Amino acid sequence: MSRYGSPVAGVVVPAAPTPAQATVWAGSHQAPILDAARLALARDLQLAFRKRGQLVQPLAFFAMVTMLFPLAISPELTRLREIAPGVLWAGALLASLLALEFLFRDDAYDGTLEQYALSGQSLTWLIFAKTAAHWLLTGLPLALMAPLAGLSLGVSVAAVPGIVASVAVGSVALSLIGSIGAALTLGIKRSGALLSLLTLPLSLPVLIFGARATQLAITGGPLLAPLELLAALAVLGVTLAPLAAAAAVRISLE
Amino acid sequence: MTWTWFHRLGSPPYVYALAARLTPWFAWPAALLIIGGLWGGLVLAPPDYQQGDGFRIIYVHAPSAWMSLMVYTTMAVAAAVGLIWRIKVAHAVAASCAPIGASFTFAALVTGALWGQPMWGTYWEWDPRLTSELILLFLYLGYMGLRAGLEDTQRADRASAVLAVVGVVNVPIIHYSVTWWNSLHQAPSVMRLAKPTMAASMLVPLLMMLLGFTLFFAAVLLVRLRGEVLSRERSASWIREIVNA
Amino acid sequence: MSQFFEMGGYAAFVWPSYAVTLAAIVLNIVWARRSLARSREEARRRLATRGEGP
Repeated sequence: MSRYGSPVAGVVVPAAPTPAQATVWAGSHQAPILDAARLALARDLQLAFRKRGQLVQPLAFFAMVTMLFPLAISPELTRLREIAPGVLWAGALLASLLALEFLFRDDAYDGTLEQYALSGQSLTWLIFAKTAAHWLLTGLPLALMAPLAGLSLGVSVAAVPGIVASVAVGSVALSLIGSIGAALTLGIKRSGALLSLLTLPLSLPVLIFGARATQLAITGGPLLAPLELLAALAVLGVTLAPLAAAAAVRISLE
Repeated sequence: MTWTWFHRLGSPPYVYALAARLTPWFAWPAALLIIGGLWGGLVLAPPDYQQGDGFRIIYVHAPSAWMSLMVYTTMAVAAAVGLIWRIKVAHAVAASCAPIGASFTFAALVTGALWGQPMWGTYWEWDPRLTSELILLFLYLGYMGLRAGLEDTQRADRASAVLAVVGVVNVPIIHYSVTWWNSLHQAPSVMRLAKPTMAASMLVPLLMMLLGFTLFFAAVLLVRLRGEVLSRERSASWIREIVNA
Repeated sequence: MSQFFEMGGYAAFVWPSYAVTLAAIVLNIVWARRSLARSREEARRRLATRGEGP
């Protein structure tokens, strides 16, 4: 049995509870919100590691997508190096979209999301915790994989730290923006295309600045400016996106 | 007392009747202004010294572009009002706006492309304005897609309202980032809408078209609004009278 | 008169632009009226199935 129970009332129950096994509301005692958030994060990570196969899917998808471009365009490394930032970011964006469908899906099915909403704890914080877990499980691995894809596209080793940094920061913003779309489309069947349609326009600033930062990393230029802009977008996302996503979750659960 | 009119706007039967009464007051002036603007723009205005008669596309392109932005703003404001104060009529307004805005965004893109080809040698440019306009079309389509994908009207109203508000917050960010991106990838031939101070004979029809299109939007909105209000109403009494009329 | 239709050589661009915009205008009118008619029909049907009860 997992140590990580439902975080919402400070009571330890088995992880991934069915609504029937769900948390007992100890009306008087509620865990402090940061503890609850930490527990939510840990729960999500634990649950994800049980389905390790699913974790690998976005990464495999990313690898395949980046492989398409040399095959479809040209195997010449000089040409590939030119388009590498775009290829890396298009792949990262698409892989993120793929992973976003899983952000709320399981918790919505087994009723945990409803528990979160009803718990009296700040839904915003709990969703922020879930989004953080999502980033740790998809965005961060993507950021670590991106340099490998970059190397296969003729990028020099010196560019690796810059690539990791830009994709890592950018994917934070992507996870946050995507959480809004995922919350809005909760429970809609075959929502993949709609989720992409909703998320992509909102993610374009991240794509633009991220690709620019990656390009500067590859050419060896000063990437601090676009990286800072990316960080600004991520911070903006951190402050606003969980609020919007929480509102969207409440609407979807009504 | 002075707020009574405002509260009445939250009442679906009142809004339904008011919309029906107001529609001709917007529709006819719109028709006159548009016809007058077309006459002024196509016939009376002299050819541009640079673009010849090709510049006349502005009389349909500028109003369309104006519509795409104005309608989105209206939609977002109505959605926010509906979300914050839980007013069904506001949601009905937002829902009514979307198809109108999307169609004129499309028209703006097409007329812009047709203007771009003879003037600047290309149907499409990834310059900030065109790119932002294209993204705006996707925002509209996303909004309409989300509404279509949700069967429950109340959930559709509130979810699409969140989307509209998030979108409107993002529009300046998108525009700024595309401008920044474009300044890095500046094409050798800079696409510029050369508009020195316009002659009155050119400007007046343009203003007539802009105003005419705005009034047209109001008229179409009012027609759609009636349908949207009807579909959100369950209580029979006032609907019975309307439907059996 | 032909000068009007020729639009100084830009006819192939000007007239399709006006056509597209006019189509948007007409489409909006038709679409809006049809949507209102559809809503009225649905309301009528809703009332009928419920026997005009609330």
